[in-house]
Amino acid sequence: MLQLAYANLKEHFLTTALSIMLLSIGVGMVSFIVTVSEQLNDRFTRDIRGIDMVVGAKGSPLQLILSAVYQIDNPTGNIPLAEANKMKRHPLIKYSIPLSYGDSYKGIRIVGTDSLYLHHYEATFSEGTIWNHSMDVVLGNTAAEKLGLKMGSHFHGNHGFDEKGHAHEESHYNVVGILNPTGTVVDRLILTSTESVWDIHNHDEPAHEEHAHEDKHEHHAEEEKGEITALLVKFKSPMGIMQIPRMVNEKTSMQAALPAIEINRLYELMGIGFSTLQAIGMLMMLIAALSVFISLLNSLKERKYELALMRSLGASPSKLFGLVVQESLLLCLVGYAFGIILGRLAIMALSSFGEEQFHFSVTQTGISIVEIWLLPFTLGVGLIAAIIPAIHAYKSDISSILRND
Amino acid sequence: MVLGRSGKGKTTLLHLLAGLMEPNSGSVTIDGQSITKLKGKARDAFRGKNIGMVFQQAQFIRSISVMQNLQLARSLAGLPNDEAFANELLSELGIADKAKNRPSELSIGERQRAGIARALITQPKVVLADEPTSALDDENCELVADLLQKTVTGHGAALVIVTHDQRLKNRFLNSVEI
Repeated sequence: MLQLAYANLKEHFLTTALSIMLLSIGVGMVSFIVTVSEQLNDRFTRDIRGIDMVVGAKGSPLQLILSAVYQIDNPTGNIPLAEANKMKRHPLIKYSIPLSYGDSYKGIRIVGTDSLYLHHYEATFSEGTIWNHSMDVVLGNTAAEKLGLKMGSHFHGNHGFDEKGHAHEESHYNVVGILNPTGTVVDRLILTSTESVWDIHNHDEPAHEEHAHEDKHEHHAEEEKGEITALLVKFKSPMGIMQIPRMVNEKTSMQAALPAIEINRLYELMGIGFSTLQAIGMLMMLIAALSVFISLLNSLKERKYELALMRSLGASPSKLFGLVVQESLLLCLVGYAFGIILGRLAIMALSSFGEEQFHFSVTQTGISIVEIWLLPFTLGVGLIAAIIPAIHAYKSDISSILRND
Repeated sequence: MVLGRSGKGKTTLLHLLAGLMEPNSGSVTIDGQSITKLKGKARDAFRGKNIGMVFQQAQFIRSISVMQNLQLARSLAGLPNDEAFANELLSELGIADKAKNRPSELSIGERQRAGIARALITQPKVVLADEPTSALDDENCELVADLLQKTVTGHGAALVIVTHDQRLKNRFLNSVEI
């Protein structure tokens, strides 16, 4: 019977292909959206963990969070080290981590910070140790892999965040350590001491003047002004959240942004897009169901003689009902399989694109819970689409059909 | 053989015999079993096992080969697959080489012969033929009628033909005209 269902589907190749295509686009879209939003969520929460507040130059708070926590956007500017240090001594602050940057190597950011940053993300060394001298760097796992750098390698940093930036040829970085994977933003960074970032821009002073105008939006920590780019802060108690951000925003030239709030805002913005796409995916599946329904009904009209013939050969009405349902389920199963594959391909495409544009990659191994749920859902759609045609097959009056030849 | 013009109720008779229609009164008994007393599934199963049918234009499932059609007929009758018997029937009917072809690739005459094979594959007790030769030219009509008679009786089944085809008029001894 299953073979017959398969043969019938093959016979109507074009309609079958159309139904499968619609179905797989629907399934693929839903699976894609769900996976991406899950992973975004996961990534965002992992990177944000333990950071209660980010202090940086005035500007968009979201931009500050994106640049300082996720290393995606450009920084809002620099803040005076003196003011940042004042913050450090506040009794409600457990610890704070300075970040300063403005350079990159082959598109990977070089971040000047201190050892607290590594402790915060629980990064451990797979090789080497933390920097001891200026210009020593530690590589995140992904960064090391992508750059193909090993212990003891040297490289010149580029000014700015894209690969076309001016190279700091006067001085080079030495790789003194490589980290184990942490599953956080650290993996994608080159870390060094705050002093290294200051030093390199000191040497670089004359060159800096020349192109200051062409990348105005990129800011650098410079020693003479004693600046850093941002400060990640962890409070001692929730009391900190009540007092400190307001204090910073009102009494200093800096701004304080709360990652939790900004990320929620970001989710809200993205959420609209996600749910729209998800709705489109669902709509696709509905249209697919309709297409399966129509093609089954059409092929039944064509095949009513065949069905009557099968009855005359001893098939019971329920057997014909089963045949029609089987055809639909087979179709949906194939559509589902293609859909999952399609979703994967889309994720791979997004991943390589996202990697270049936002240093954000999505990976998908195995099948997610939502995809497992999509299977009975898809089959349910197939079942519903098949029911009316199947009842038709069940009820057909074979005597009168066989007569009309 | 039942001979008669169109609209005389020949096909109705045949469908009554096959249990495809309910009689208003009376009963049909095949091999001691009253087919009219069987209901639903049981009647379908009885028909599959005991009655073979040949139609004016032998109808097949288009999406599968002649051989698969024969196998399907057996499986619908609840019988195990028997490829040897299928091949034997097809050779008896002279279309052994068409086993792997789709029904649409056969000529009308060949299709009709394959239809006889399909009716006999379940080793039925009765073969009911509805206008088996009407669509054929004289030569094929002769051939198919011969084969029908020979193979059906050869496999020990009773044969009922209803037709308006006057060419068959004098072939069968048991003949009723309506």
